[in-house]
Amino acid sequence: MAAPGGFSGTDFRNEEAYFLGFTQAQVIAFVLLIALLAIGPFFLYPVFLMKLLCFALFACAFNLLIGYVGLLSFGHAAYFGMGGYITGYTAKMWGLPPELSILLGGAVGAALGLVIGWIAIRRQGIYFAMITLAFAQMVYFFCVQARFTGGEDGIQSIPRGHFLGIVDLSRDMNMYWLTAGVFVVGFLLIHRIVHSPFGMVLKSIRENEPRATSLGYRTDDYKLMAFVLSAGLAGVAGGLKSLVFGIATLTDVFWTMSGEVVLMSLVGGLGTIFGPFVGAAVIITMQNYLAEFGAWVTVIQGVIFVLCVLAFRRGLVGEIGNWLRVRL
Amino acid sequence: MDEIFGIPAPLLFGQLLLGLINGAFYALLSLGLAVIFGMLNVINFAHGAQFMMGAFAAWMLLEYAGLNYWWALLLAPLLVGAFGVILERTMIARLYKLDHLYGLLLTFGLGLIIEGVFRNQYGSSGLPYRIPPQLSGAWDLGFMFMPVYRGWVVAVAAVMCLATWLVIEKTKIGSYLRASTENAALVQAFGINVPRLMTLTYGAGVALAAFAGVLAAPIYSVNPQMGSNLIIIVFAVVVIGGMGSILGSVITGFGLGIIEGLTKVFYPEASSTVIFVVMAIVLLARPAGLFGRA
Amino acid sequence: MSRIQRRAVLAAAAGAATFGAAPARRARAQANTIKIGVMNDQSGPYRDIGGPNGVILAQIAAQEFGNNRGFNVEVVSADHQNRPDVGANIARQWYDQGVDMILDVPTSSVGLAVNSVAREKNKVYINVGAATADLTGPQCSPNTAHWVYDTYMLAKSTGGAMVRAGGDSWFFITADYAFGHALERDTSTFVRSNGGRVMGSVRYPFPATSDFSAFLVQAQASRAKVIGFANAGADTINCIKQAAEFGITRRGTKLAALLMFIADVHALGLESAQGLVMTESFYWDLDDRTRAFSRRVQPRLNNRAMPNMVTAGNYSGTLHYLKAVADMGVAASKASGIETMNRMKRLPVEDEAFGRGTLREDGRMLIPSYLFEVKTPAESRGPWDYLKLLQTTPADEAWRPLSEGNCPLIRS
Repeated sequence: MAAPGGFSGTDFRNEEAYFLGFTQAQVIAFVLLIALLAIGPFFLYPVFLMKLLCFALFACAFNLLIGYVGLLSFGHAAYFGMGGYITGYTAKMWGLPPELSILLGGAVGAALGLVIGWIAIRRQGIYFAMITLAFAQMVYFFCVQARFTGGEDGIQSIPRGHFLGIVDLSRDMNMYWLTAGVFVVGFLLIHRIVHSPFGMVLKSIRENEPRATSLGYRTDDYKLMAFVLSAGLAGVAGGLKSLVFGIATLTDVFWTMSGEVVLMSLVGGLGTIFGPFVGAAVIITMQNYLAEFGAWVTVIQGVIFVLCVLAFRRGLVGEIGNWLRVRL
Repeated sequence: MDEIFGIPAPLLFGQLLLGLINGAFYALLSLGLAVIFGMLNVINFAHGAQFMMGAFAAWMLLEYAGLNYWWALLLAPLLVGAFGVILERTMIARLYKLDHLYGLLLTFGLGLIIEGVFRNQYGSSGLPYRIPPQLSGAWDLGFMFMPVYRGWVVAVAAVMCLATWLVIEKTKIGSYLRASTENAALVQAFGINVPRLMTLTYGAGVALAAFAGVLAAPIYSVNPQMGSNLIIIVFAVVVIGGMGSILGSVITGFGLGIIEGLTKVFYPEASSTVIFVVMAIVLLARPAGLFGRA
Repeated sequence: MSRIQRRAVLAAAAGAATFGAAPARRARAQANTIKIGVMNDQSGPYRDIGGPNGVILAQIAAQEFGNNRGFNVEVVSADHQNRPDVGANIARQWYDQGVDMILDVPTSSVGLAVNSVAREKNKVYINVGAATADLTGPQCSPNTAHWVYDTYMLAKSTGGAMVRAGGDSWFFITADYAFGHALERDTSTFVRSNGGRVMGSVRYPFPATSDFSAFLVQAQASRAKVIGFANAGADTINCIKQAAEFGITRRGTKLAALLMFIADVHALGLESAQGLVMTESFYWDLDDRTRAFSRRVQPRLNNRAMPNMVTAGNYSGTLHYLKAVADMGVAASKASGIETMNRMKRLPVEDEAFGRGTLREDGRMLIPSYLFEVKTPAESRGPWDYLKLLQTTPADEAWRPLSEGNCPLIRS
């Protein structure tokens, strides 16, 4: 049963950690995921897979906040887009190596998250969603005005560079392995956070914040910490994306991008570890296959939103997990 | 006193007036949102799409049925309101027991669908809709040239806001509404059909959006995106005014229209962002908005 | 959905199924098929300018060229949603998966993004729909041709001619993004060089503005004779509509839309649009040749729209590209986008829509530009009879001289 007022997945008994905090089912799913990542580029177009992984990381970061703290941020595009700009700018104009520019993108995302989060976490529910949206709009305005972002043209022709000075990333396969590596690291990091004592406190805040407070936890500090982590990872995802495509644009800071990441997490399953990946895969694949159909893509996305909310609130992964009686 | 802050006074007055007119649209739209939120606890993200439907309904009534603006003003809100009633009965009503955010996500999806369907059907360069002959022309106010139609918009919007406020505060049905916002179970126990009340409220909120859409049709291009440009701003208005507060949303709507108008004179590039700055400040100082109850 | 539209969708679907945007890696395209990818706005504000009709006109050109020249032609399409990242992504995927030429690509930011991908992959890119003159300027590429218009040509025709016709003081209402700034800057230059004055300008947030009355009132307060709209699409339409509402034209102020298409006039209606001045390089009712062409293709277009500058440009660009391919052979053409483009530059351009033209070294197509005024409802004889010709600028004067473009390809 979902906790009243929360976005939690299904709770199951029998939760012992099997390996690295994973349950048995999660280990199987994780091995499957790694296998998919390893053989994927030999069957599918690598750039498509890279896009998918960037968004999957973004959705995982977002899910950390909504799935485990119960905070719906409607402005996550700000950190994603800003990360993209910073990575793109430093890689192109300062000639920084990719690993550094991505880290910088993540750092700026986290810093932005610290400022916005510090204000936003004082509010709950819809007010939280609205204030994050408001700040994201201000970040958007800043990006339109600021010189370094290149306005609506964005930062174009961003070089991918050489990873650690040796691996030539302009070859798609090399870039793919880097992207997959960053995704897996990010994924495991989020998993680690969720299963740490820190993560337990987060979940207790999601379930019942007053009680967590009464137990002596400074819930605001915990929420802010989660917010910053989420924003930082979103920044990394944005930076990675701008290297993959060689372009950083206003699209990634616009509020529709915030809506898209909500959709991905919702489709995959809020509060599930694998949900954001699956959700991102579904949405990105759909956008790719349906690009010819123009406005119908919007309609189909809307239909998916409606169906998910009405019938599959657990999302794909949540439903499968529920059906198999395991937590995924 | 020819100049105020380096801007010629007549120009400044003109801008204030125009800001007030935009404020009328904000007020009407946020009024509908506030009514829906106050009663149903649903953030109606499809409000912009329903506003657009109102404008399209006016255009269709003229194009296919030959009915003019005045008929549209009456019929379009009814038609779109009926559509809202269907949405409420079939979908939104299922979500009342869940977290409010699900309502936001559902209506967000509905908005995408409506907008996409209209874009497929009618393209996106927009359709022409003329100002009714009775309201065309303009008054020369001395400091500016004021189209009659804009004056009409402000007047009608103000009347509509007042009427809604009266219905909610002074009538019996309004008292039922307010009561069920406080405690729906108790009101139900008194034998009042609360689900029907909620359906009607949603329908009425949507009809208000459609009414604003008809008012907007002659001055803005009737196109599928016309609502999505406005909706984010209107959300900010509702949040600043205090979620669910009727009076708050009306006053904030007009007030922000004026603030925006002034920004257009002094720093036009920021005119779409100033509202969000105000919103952030207000939320920091008064978490529940200017007129909301915490 | 009309029958044609449905067919177009089916064709697109078939294209997608065979390769298109399908992520599956089927890089081996048939050696004997030339694939043309039409990328434009199928769902947003520029849908009616290029959009599905742009795809249909490319298909018509491919059909008319015929499949009996030893190779087949296939046309696929995609929607870039006016997002440079989406456009770059589709371009990369298309070129990787066997598309030989990308066509149309409206919206300057997307046009520039595809430009760098085409160069990286050494394929052919014919831009029809984007306005930015940078495509043949600082960002010019040996793989790119820019077909029917650009900001320089619009500014020169509208700005210059307007001043000569007495509109010598201007006020700009500018969309606050690089494209709007470029339009304003270029037009101001021509206004000043023709002896006119710029009284002021106002920049409004893009794309979040729908009420322009405040800016129109500021423009009027400046007492400029001409209000120039440095924006595009729905913004321009809203500006014009609201200008009519505020009686600005009735008081003798002229409106100049710096980027406007006949589809926009159609959307506005002559009541609001009359008297507006705009520049295009194609109009269906220009002469016998354009009339014959337009009447022939019109029945196949969605909503029975007349071809406009951009859709006709898609026809013209496709035809010329296919001529070059036939001339040099499919294999040689697939091997190098630069070589194909060089061949296109050597061959004379000639078709029913635009008549004769030449493709310059920097990728700029040279054709005449025309300054039009929108007719009054009384002057118009029916749908699509909207424009009257004010002035023609010959092909050798209409465009930015090679020496001023700062195109790195040109060694001066």
